[in-house]
Amino acid sequence: MLLTSSAQSHRDPAALPRLLITVLAIALLWPGLVITEFAPAALVDPRNLDVFSHFLAGFWPPNTSPEFLAMLGKATLETLAMATAGLALALLLAIPLSLLASRALSVSALLTGRPSRWASAARYPVRLLLILLRSIPEIVWALLFVRAVGLGPTAGVLAITITYSGMLGKVYAEIYESVDQRPARALMQAGSSRLAAFFYGVVPAAAQELMSYTIYRWECAVRASVIMGFVGAGGLGQMIDLSIRMFAGGEVVSILLTFLVLVLLADQLSTLLRRRLA
Amino acid sequence: MSRRLEALLWVSAIIAALIASFSYLGMDLLGLFRGDSPEQMLSYAQSFFPPETAPDWLSKIARGALETLAISAIGTLLAALAGAVLSLFAAGRLGRITKSLSRLLLNTLRSVPDLVWAALMVLAAGLGPFAGTLAIALHTAGVLGRLFAEALENAPVEPAQALRDAGAGPVAAFCYGTLPNVMPQWVAYSLYRWENNIRMAAVLGFVGAGGLGQMLYVTLSLFQQSRAMTVILAMIIMVLLVDALSAWLRARLG
Amino acid sequence: MSIRLDGVGLTHPGGFRALEKLDLTIAAGERVAIIGPSGAGKTTLLRLLGTGLNPSAGRLSLLDNDPTQLRGRTLRTLRTRIGLIHQSPPLPPRQRVVTAVLAGRLGQWSLPRALASLCYPLDAEGARAALEPLDLADKLYARCDQLSGGQLQRVGIARVLYQGADLLLADEPVSAMDPVLADHTLALLNRIADERGITLVASLHAVDLALRHFPRVIGLRDGKILFDCAASDVTDNDLNGLYANDSLLGAASESAPTIAALQENLIRTAPRCF
Repeated sequence: MLLTSSAQSHRDPAALPRLLITVLAIALLWPGLVITEFAPAALVDPRNLDVFSHFLAGFWPPNTSPEFLAMLGKATLETLAMATAGLALALLLAIPLSLLASRALSVSALLTGRPSRWASAARYPVRLLLILLRSIPEIVWALLFVRAVGLGPTAGVLAITITYSGMLGKVYAEIYESVDQRPARALMQAGSSRLAAFFYGVVPAAAQELMSYTIYRWECAVRASVIMGFVGAGGLGQMIDLSIRMFAGGEVVSILLTFLVLVLLADQLSTLLRRRLA
Repeated sequence: MSRRLEALLWVSAIIAALIASFSYLGMDLLGLFRGDSPEQMLSYAQSFFPPETAPDWLSKIARGALETLAISAIGTLLAALAGAVLSLFAAGRLGRITKSLSRLLLNTLRSVPDLVWAALMVLAAGLGPFAGTLAIALHTAGVLGRLFAEALENAPVEPAQALRDAGAGPVAAFCYGTLPNVMPQWVAYSLYRWENNIRMAAVLGFVGAGGLGQMLYVTLSLFQQSRAMTVILAMIIMVLLVDALSAWLRARLG
Repeated sequence: MSIRLDGVGLTHPGGFRALEKLDLTIAAGERVAIIGPSGAGKTTLLRLLGTGLNPSAGRLSLLDNDPTQLRGRTLRTLRTRIGLIHQSPPLPPRQRVVTAVLAGRLGQWSLPRALASLCYPLDAEGARAALEPLDLADKLYARCDQLSGGQLQRVGIARVLYQGADLLLADEPVSAMDPVLADHTLALLNRIADERGITLVASLHAVDLALRHFPRVIGLRDGKILFDCAASDVTDNDLNGLYANDSLLGAASESAPTIAALQENLIRTAPRCF
């Protein structure tokens, strides 16, 4: 009896699972390295090294010539304008979509407490549309729109409009559902229209959260519109892309620094706005 | 009253910013609906359908998706390793000078967007998935390093100190006393970042860093819209699958 | 000689004098309880004995070494011979008991061995043998956060036993336990120390436990030794002198039930017994 118990105890019960996990990890890691063409040697390949070291050497000093700075200022404004305009258009789409998708204004729920099956089914396509809008990254939309409407900020604005209407619509619908439902229900039961019930029953309670989330998304849109330029949608991104292609290290550093300042300022402004308005 | 006035001021400032934005961009939004542009757009949209489903294209897509997955996974793994090392410095465990230096490094790595890193890495390592992996690793190392350092700073010091008092060396005391406390957090942060990086890896290819993004970019440049549509569908499916998987994991673990 | 203090004093960086001119000798294999009110310097004294603090005056000898003269490797060697039991054992909650116990010997192991043992416990039998006398052998592969407070404390003791320390220091080891468990744990600690000839120095809040379990008791107050004698020789007068304090009278009577009955004839200079 004593012997068997001590014989059992020799083995760590966690040993086998750990071994299996290790084997599995290696089995997954190996093909992963092969697929990603993992070759650190490429970094010190003389050809690459030569190109990159020349490029890096150009990083200092940053380019501060007046005409470059003027271009930089224009691109920065363009980036900010893209984010702001894109978000404004996204709001125009998101608000009606969120009203359609939200269960908060369900009339059929008044009686049973739960929306009827048909009403839920009607909301389903809207929710699907919202998912579809936001699950394609904004830069993919930008790439598509650049091909459809040409190079320039318009493509970026449209890309932000599409993606952010999906994000805002979903979150707005959730916010409507998270606030106290009783005021809106009382209004609807008293015979007021759904839209009136929304404005007098839901909005007062949800306004703060809606505002806060919208401002946060604006901040995200600023970051996104910087990136967007890489596919030709204007703004700072397009400048970085061009400068990298021309191996103009000094310009890249100037643009990156501008970008950092812009993101920092957007962050500060967003915090300030949220505190003032919310 | 003054609060209301202030809010009014802010709201009018926002409206002014909106008007300024639209006029600065000089966007001809209505132009999109004038003349033959709606028709052109429609025919462009129609050219995406039906998506190409030839078996050899689908197998290329599968390979692209796998490549994207591998870029994000290996990139995140490298980032977690680099982040762990940097976080030791950033948490001030190895002196004050290295602390501020590593914080500066982490902030730089984090502030430069992945796509910019990708464009730079394509120069440094050549076109292909390796550049994408490096780009993901560099940006994510900055993000994870900061999070890891925060976890280290919040971890109790007593377990490792007790081992030091019993004669253990600094490395052994760290591994037995501190690591078990921070490891779960480190793993959770890394998995969360991985989820983000799958999305990112899908678009890094736009600058030539491999994966589905590169396929999309190339097909669109060659005006092969129906092939591009398949790539987009693959991206959507991948994003939705990852979302569902992580939601399921979170529900089980959390 | 296990411990020897010659005129040891300790002043904290802030200027607070925690210990003043302590003379103390503890022979190998002795079992000593240190009692005294809060702020008397018990914890400081134990940290001093554990080489966690250095004296600012006087000479300190631990296991025939002067810790202030040791650096690096030799200091670590001395530390491996001193085991510290904490009030609540500082164990990572997700660590397994076997790993927590094996960590006791990290000072003696090479780094590769320590890292290998993290992946697969190299001396699980040793850990089991340390847990056996504490009735915890069946918890070998349990995680620390699955144990009760009392069990965790015993894991802490098992770690020190596995460490193989010659000098065992315990900083209020039972203050987080209910009376029955505290009694049991102290009895166990004393029995093991007695069996293995380990020197045991424990600071205690509860006077009755100190008197019941330890052959020798030291009363510490305001950084000075008030009395130092066999447990059987400690008088109520000693205890009154130790805990007498106008403002803390209520608190003292709680932790020292023996003086509660004698509150009337309070302030008297405490006679020292040597």
